Amino acid sequence: MCLRPYPGTVTLIATQSLTKTYGNRVTALSDLTVTVEPGIVGLVGANGAGKSTFIKIMLGLLEPTGGEARVLGLDPTVDGHQVRARVGYMPEHDCLPPDLSAAEFVTHMGRMSGLPKTTARERASETLRHVGLYEERYRQVGGYSTGMKQRVKLAQALVHDPDLLLLDEPTNGLDPAGRDAMLGLIERIGTEFGISVLVCSHLLGEVERICDALVAIEGGRLLRSAQLSDMTAVTEVLSVEVSEGTDELAARLAAVGLPVRRDNRLLLVPVLDPDSAGVGAGDSALDKTYDLILAAVAELDLPLHRLDQRRHRVVELFATDPARVSESTGAGTALEGAR
Amino acid sequence: MTTLDAPQTDRPAGVIHDIGYQRYDGARLGRRHLVGALYLHSLRTAFGLGRTIKAKIFPWLIVGVVGMIAAVLTAIRAQTGEAALGYAEFPEMLSVLIIFFTAIVAPELASRDLHSGVLPLYFARPLHRSDYALVKLAALTSATFLLLGVPLTVMFAGAAFMVDGIGAVWDELGDFLPALGYVAVHAIVYSVLALLVASLVRRRAVAAGAIVGAFLLTSPVVVVLSVLPYEAASQLGGLASPVTLVSGIGDWAFERSGEVGVGPYGPLYGLVALGLVVAGALLLLARYRKVAAK
Repeated sequence: MCLRPYPGTVTLIATQSLTKTYGNRVTALSDLTVTVEPGIVGLVGANGAGKSTFIKIMLGLLEPTGGEARVLGLDPTVDGHQVRARVGYMPEHDCLPPDLSAAEFVTHMGRMSGLPKTTARERASETLRHVGLYEERYRQVGGYSTGMKQRVKLAQALVHDPDLLLLDEPTNGLDPAGRDAMLGLIERIGTEFGISVLVCSHLLGEVERICDALVAIEGGRLLRSAQLSDMTAVTEVLSVEVSEGTDELAARLAAVGLPVRRDNRLLLVPVLDPDSAGVGAGDSALDKTYDLILAAVAELDLPLHRLDQRRHRVVELFATDPARVSESTGAGTALEGAR
Repeated sequence: MTTLDAPQTDRPAGVIHDIGYQRYDGARLGRRHLVGALYLHSLRTAFGLGRTIKAKIFPWLIVGVVGMIAAVLTAIRAQTGEAALGYAEFPEMLSVLIIFFTAIVAPELASRDLHSGVLPLYFARPLHRSDYALVKLAALTSATFLLLGVPLTVMFAGAAFMVDGIGAVWDELGDFLPALGYVAVHAIVYSVLALLVASLVRRRAVAAGAIVGAFLLTSPVVVVLSVLPYEAASQLGGLASPVTLVSGIGDWAFERSGEVGVGPYGPLYGLVALGLVVAGALLLLARYRKVAAK
């Protein structure tokens, strides 16, 4: 089957039976057929699932053993240079020379993408500012924190204003606050900057917050691919995260009549039924639930890390039987029905 | 775009991060520009320009030593009126310094990019892999050429003012220009070997040691061959080490003295050197084809 460039609407990434084996033994990707529309897309899978291989094929750095790939309507194995001119890549590993300043490095990388000298310099400082590096951009990268280094890596991928960003584990090594900041930044790039983003992560819970679509792979095979646009509405579940005393809080919330569910370090609390007792006439059920949780946290004097309304539990969506793979539409309706 | 500009002008300077992202739809330059930019960047890297003092110490130390030798030679000539050293002998005499220079600079150009992991960033851009390898080679060759060529030119300029008459200046030029060519031969042969070694080693210090080793390892072979009681063995022995290989070319093509004694094998020295450069460059290209796939 042949994939043509798509007139009109540009498909971001399309693969057809994409297969990549190293030598004869290791299969990194196996018969992967997936179509990704513009927006923020999460590519999720465990370590070794084939995410990095996928990205490298998209960049034209690796040739697939079988099947076809299209990026922005171009075949990366044939028009690799054209693809690479329009794509920004942020690798997972360390990739910064420690003895250059961020400004100089990003400028150089901009020139390597074909920007004229002065433009490269201007765009480098602009981009570094967008990722949150100001005066420190004149300091040597070697002295940066992990969070700052990740920002420089993002900036070098963004400096030439690509149409697509490929981010390989952008939150690696970051603390929770740094992770939130990085994810917020990626979300801004996708929404405000108008650049499509493919985010690789082994943490589904992380990328689901910012993605329009998710592609899950496992062992090089497609597990599930789903557009999340119809699922972005917040659910009637509040998630609470406290730095310590999670168990105490769970017990406390159960005692005040909130059916708590535990998910790792998170506590999931369904919003109270509006008709149930305890919800006053004036407040909404949501406010009442917030109040109850906040009161419980305050009484126990726990350090509250996060309290927000979560979106649909995509984890559950993706944890379904691998046999029922890749029904992009089915995923959405199944959830709609569950509401 | 007045609607966009208007709110920005009212903004206090403190909220600079609120300036919206600007898409870029200006020129994107092609392959020649990329090669040129990378070449200049690499040449600057070779001399530690745009980098810390630490990166400047070693290359400039060698530049200083070479410059001092050139200055002393020029001064001696001004005093005595006699050239202590022919132009063509200048690079040959400094071969140890060239080895040190390439051993310092080649790892900066090749190993550093490997070690810091920046290579995938280059190859994720429109830059061709072969261009990367060849540009690095060109940068190292140019840096080595400049290291010797500039002092040599200064020596020539000094001599040109000292000698009497325009005819003597022409004689000087006749000696000087082939010597520049000989410097170029030094630069390319030493650079190919040094960069090839550096492209295989991730750590700069190890790469530097390996480069010095690669140049010096086979010199005992040359010595042994030269003491054998066969004339051909000593005449061909120079082929065994890159240092004597280049000197052999000098004896054949650039010098009148011929102290290495290549006999009738001069053209062979030239061919072997050419083969070494071509093979080295091809290996370098192969190396970067492979490393990019990782």
